Formats: sequence, C-alpha cells, structure tokens
Amino acid sequence: MKPLQDFLRRGFNLAEAGFNKFFGPAWNPLYQLGALGFFFFWTIIASGVYVYAVFDTSVIGAYQSVDYMTNEQWYLGGVMRSLHRYASDGLVFIMMLHMLREFSYRRLYGKRWFSWITGAPILWLAYTAGISGYWLVWYKLAQYVATATTEWLDWIPVFGGTIARNLLTEGSTTDRFFTLLVFMHIAIPLIMGLLLWLHLNRISRARINPARGLGIGVFVMMLALSLVKPAVSQGGPADLNTVVSVINLDWFYLGLYPLLDHFPGDQVWFLAAILTLLVIIMPWVTPRKDPRPVVIDLDNCNGCTRCVVDCPYGALTMGPRTDDQPFEGEPVVDASQCVACGICIGACPSATPFRSAKELKTGIDLPDRTLDSLRNQTLEAAEGLSGEARIIVFGCDHAVDLHKLGLPDVAAVSMPCVAMLPPSFIDFILSRNLADGVFLTGCHKGNCYNRFGRRWMDARLAGERDPYLRARVPRERIAICWASAVQGKTLAQQITAFHERLKTMQDVPHIRRRKRRDTPKQEGGNV
Amino acid sequence: MFNRGLAYLGQGVFYLAFATLIGVFANGPAYTHFPPDRAQIKISFSHGGKHKGGCHKRTRAELAALAPNMRRPTSCPRERVPLYFELNMDGKELLAVSLPPSGLFKDGQARIYKLLKVKPGRHVLVLRLRDSERTEGFDYESTEVVTLKPLQNLVIDFRPVAGVFVVL
Repeated sequence: MKPLQDFLRRGFNLAEAGFNKFFGPAWNPLYQLGALGFFFFWTIIASGVYVYAVFDTSVIGAYQSVDYMTNEQWYLGGVMRSLHRYASDGLVFIMMLHMLREFSYRRLYGKRWFSWITGAPILWLAYTAGISGYWLVWYKLAQYVATATTEWLDWIPVFGGTIARNLLTEGSTTDRFFTLLVFMHIAIPLIMGLLLWLHLNRISRARINPARGLGIGVFVMMLALSLVKPAVSQGGPADLNTVVSVINLDWFYLGLYPLLDHFPGDQVWFLAAILTLLVIIMPWVTPRKDPRPVVIDLDNCNGCTRCVVDCPYGALTMGPRTDDQPFEGEPVVDASQCVACGICIGACPSATPFRSAKELKTGIDLPDRTLDSLRNQTLEAAEGLSGEARIIVFGCDHAVDLHKLGLPDVAAVSMPCVAMLPPSFIDFILSRNLADGVFLTGCHKGNCYNRFGRRWMDARLAGERDPYLRARVPRERIAICWASAVQGKTLAQQITAFHERLKTMQDVPHIRRRKRRDTPKQEGGNV
Repeated sequence: MFNRGLAYLGQGVFYLAFATLIGVFANGPAYTHFPPDRAQIKISFSHGGKHKGGCHKRTRAELAALAPNMRRPTSCPRERVPLYFELNMDGKELLAVSLPPSGLFKDGQARIYKLLKVKPGRHVLVLRLRDSERTEGFDYESTEVVTLKPLQNLVIDFRPVAGVFVVL
C-alpha cells in the first residue's frame, strides 16, 4: 500500500507545486478539494431550488417543464439547469480526487479513520441523488437510466423483482411514482448534509468554503460552461414503447452502467459492494501502531486554554479543575480524536527548554515523543555541529526527509509537526550558542499534514499568536522554508543560502555566548 | 508564484481544462446500449403456481376441530410448484425456463423478467405456461402474430386472474 501511496503522493506534490506557481498556496485548488466539494454542493442546492420551482412533478409535465426551462427560459432556467447538472458532475470528480489525495497523504489511519469512512456513504448518496435527478427529466437518457437502475435494483431480493414493472410500457409509470422520485431526490441531499456534518465532526475549524478568488473562478467557469454548452434533453421525451439505442452518457455518474449490459446485476452489485468495503476497511488494511495521545500534567498546567484553541482536531476541551490548584479549568483529552501531532505542546507556555529541571516537564506532553526528548535531541544535534555557521533544522515527519539532506554544518530534528516546537526553543538555541541559526521547515503553505501546524508556527513567530517568540531573538538568524516532500532540492538550496548569510553575520551582542550546560539543574528551577 | 499576468493566464488554462473535462464527459462519449437494427421482446410477469400436492377439502369433523376463524373449506400445502414458460418464435424455441416460487418456504409468486433481442419484422409468437403439477402439456397457451419495428419494445405480460397472456 505504501509504495502506491508514495507514488500517488509524489504525483499530487508535483501537481500542487505546479498549481502553486499559478494560483499561489491560498488559491491552490488541490489544497482545498473538500471545500470545493462543498462549493459544488451549495451550487447544486441553490440551482436545485430554482429548478424545483419550475419543475412539474408528473410523467407528462416533467419533460415539458424542463424543456420549457431549457429553451424558453434559457437565460435563467436553462442556466440553472446546466449549473445544477455541471456542479453535480464537478462534485463527483472533486470527491473522487479528494478521496485519492487523502489516501495518498495517508490521512485515513489512526484517529482519522472516522472522517475517512464517513466519506463512503456520502459517495453513495451523491451518486444516488445524481442518478435520481437524471431520471426526473424523463427524456431518453432518463428512460435508459430508469430502466437500467430498476432492473439492477430488482436483483436485490428485498425488492422482489417488481420495481422494473413500473417502467414496462407507456402508461406503466404514474405521477405518484414521480412524486416519490422527487421526494427521494430532495431527501437524499438532506441526508448527505447530515453525513457531511459527521464527516467534519472530528476536525476543528473545518474549511467548507474555498478561497474567495478560487470560488469566483470556479463559478465563472461553471457559468461559462452552462452558456457555451447548456444541458439539454437528448432524444426527446421518454417513450417506453421504444428501446433506447445510442445514448450520450454522463460518464461521471453513469460510468458503471454499461457493465449492466455485459454482466448480471448481482455481479455488478458484488463489484460495487467490494469496492465500498475496500474503501471502508482501508484504514485498517495496513497494520500500524498509533502513537499514544497527549497527556495532561496538572502540576505544570495553569489552564490557559492555548492548547485547546490550537488543536486542529477538536481533541481537547476545557473541563473543571480536578486538583486543588487555584485555576479555573484544565484541558481534557479526547483520546479517540487525538492524532498525537504535538501542536498543543508547541502552544503550551510551560513547554520551554529553559526550565532547568533534570527532566523537562510540561503541562501537556506526548508519551511517545516528549518535550524532554525533543530537547535532548536538540542538544545532541547541536553537539555534533562545527564550523562557522552552524544550523539546526527543525522539520516535520510529513514533508522533506531531513535526514537525507546531507549538508555541512547542518543538524536536523524532525517531529510529528513543526508546530510542536515551542518558539522558546529557538531562543534557547541561539542564546545558549547551540547553533548560529535556526531553520524551520514543514509542509507546504496551504497543505499542512496536521492542518494548522504551519499556520500557527508562522503566527507565533510573527507575534500574532501565543506563545510568541521573544523580541530579543535576532530574526535574521531564523529562516523558514515550507516545502512539500518533493521539494527537497529547493529546501537544500534555501538552507545553503541561509548558511552563506550566517557566515557574513557578526555576533549579536545580546546573544549570550556562554558555555553550554550539559546537565540541567535539579527539578524546581525557574521557568 | 509567477507574475500576475502569467498567473492569470495559467489559471485561465486550468479553468478551461476543467470546464472541458466536465463538459465533454458529462455529455458523452456516446454509448450503444441496444443495437439500432434490433427490436426487443420484454417478458415480465409474476404468477403463483398451484400448491404442491394439491388442495384437500376438509370434512365437517375437521372443520369443527378448528377455531371458528380458521375454518377454511380447503387445506392447501404451503409450497407451490415452479412455473414452466416457453416462448417460440416462428417455430423456433426462443426461451424455455422453469421459474421457481419465491419465498423461504417456496410459497410466493414466481417471477420472470427477460429481455430478448430479435430481428424486426413479422413474427409468430407462441406463448405457453404451465403452473400445475402436470408434466405434459400446458395450462395456458396463446399464439400472437406481431410485426416489430426496429427498436420496438414489445412487452409480454400475463394476467393471472383472467389467465391470459397480454402482448403490449
């Protein structure tokens, strides 16, 4: 599975890098596929409201009302019909791409399983809503879709092989049957809306609208497509006394339908069931050990809420204090939602390497990757550095592999997310003369594996978000390059350039040049 | 990121490609679902066969032994016999199928839904159905002369109450 994911991810990374050149990270469509899916969904709902107002819910009236909309009222009804249709196609395409991308980025394992598997019924519902929509227009394609669908459904024993009899000949289909279809076509998107809410339930600040510029661009594109190639009713009204022969299919929705002409319906059901099952079990196909969730140490926590605010997965909430310390509340961890990204540790004011305790304690910590181990790793990295421009690179496990950089005077420390690094670490390194410069790297802008890591890190360094980087830290000795996994070369170039810049810098007087303490003081030192 | 002009140009190319993708695959390519030079015969009906073993007329004593609301004059076994259906066209057998009763206890209706592609033109159709335990002959039989046009959908139904085939 991993080689396939790596291959796909590389493809996505290259495409994303290409899009970044034209759209920039903020408008990059690949960085907001989910939001684009929502955008198409809203477009379908809005255009559907208008189409429904003009639509006549009867066997004869259905075709006539849609035909009127398309030809007599092309400037409004026709455009709405086309928008409704093309946005539905766009939704299917974007959903598939979104699923493939999340798969390639391995955003389905561990605690992320819930968002992944709730996507599977959404796919089914989107298809069901779209197919029932085709049916409603009651033209030749609708006849084909209706006949093929009912014949396929009749393979399911519970239907008893009787649904297709509703489409036996002209006169078999009733207005009541159409009313039922309209009900389905409206009810399914409502259920879909509920599932979309569930889909986003375990992530905080879910992005459900694309960047304004991208949204405008996509809408103008859809509008132009609707005017240039309006959705029309091919072949005239449905006629059940005649068989549909050659038909232009909407391959986004009906791509599997030709299979029904070549294989028995039960085999196609089996295929659909297997594909769905594969999607559902995917998070558990590859055995892996999930890192343990964060733990709270109340002795070092003052209930400041910063960790709760910064958690990208809604895994932390504030609860009443359970110890006798005079603070209002304490963070409560929902272990089922914590992905162990460590961003909360980077937000914790007690997570500072200056604490001179033998073992570094913090209010919130990862049992499998403690802040203490991060400090020790940093000290070890610094130990091996020499030369006139020593650099410590901090990066994340999901972007460029830092251990493959192989640059002189450079030591690297990687962590689940670069936002796990409290800004005080930078101060610690420079003020203790552990290195001459600190280089930060992680996922590309707009594409953070842990959603907000890069954003929070930028804000902390800019003094816009707690915990701030202290003013005394010389900013020229810090460099940042957000690069995707395939941009190792760019990252190496940026580090090399930073290395050259550092060589030309004079020592800054306010950086204390003192001998590094190899052994921190005993527990209980100043914070 | 490129300069603004080049960036807008690239975005335009993307939107054009995206619109083309949707516009093209939402409206084609064409698919041939049914050969244009053929007609279709659709056989669709559901009908319950006779009860297997036949029904037994209850005696007065048997009826008296039953609760008042259960006193039906005949007692039938639950299971039904499978149907046997044949369709001959112009003297040749086009379809011959045994249709099992539905249901866990084989007490439901037997159903058929078959689509047959045939050449258009004048045809003599002979429809035969057996719904009893007999092994020879048929319980229902009908001969129909039809003239089919290309792509015509001819439906053969069976009306169990009247016991007749209906060609629509």
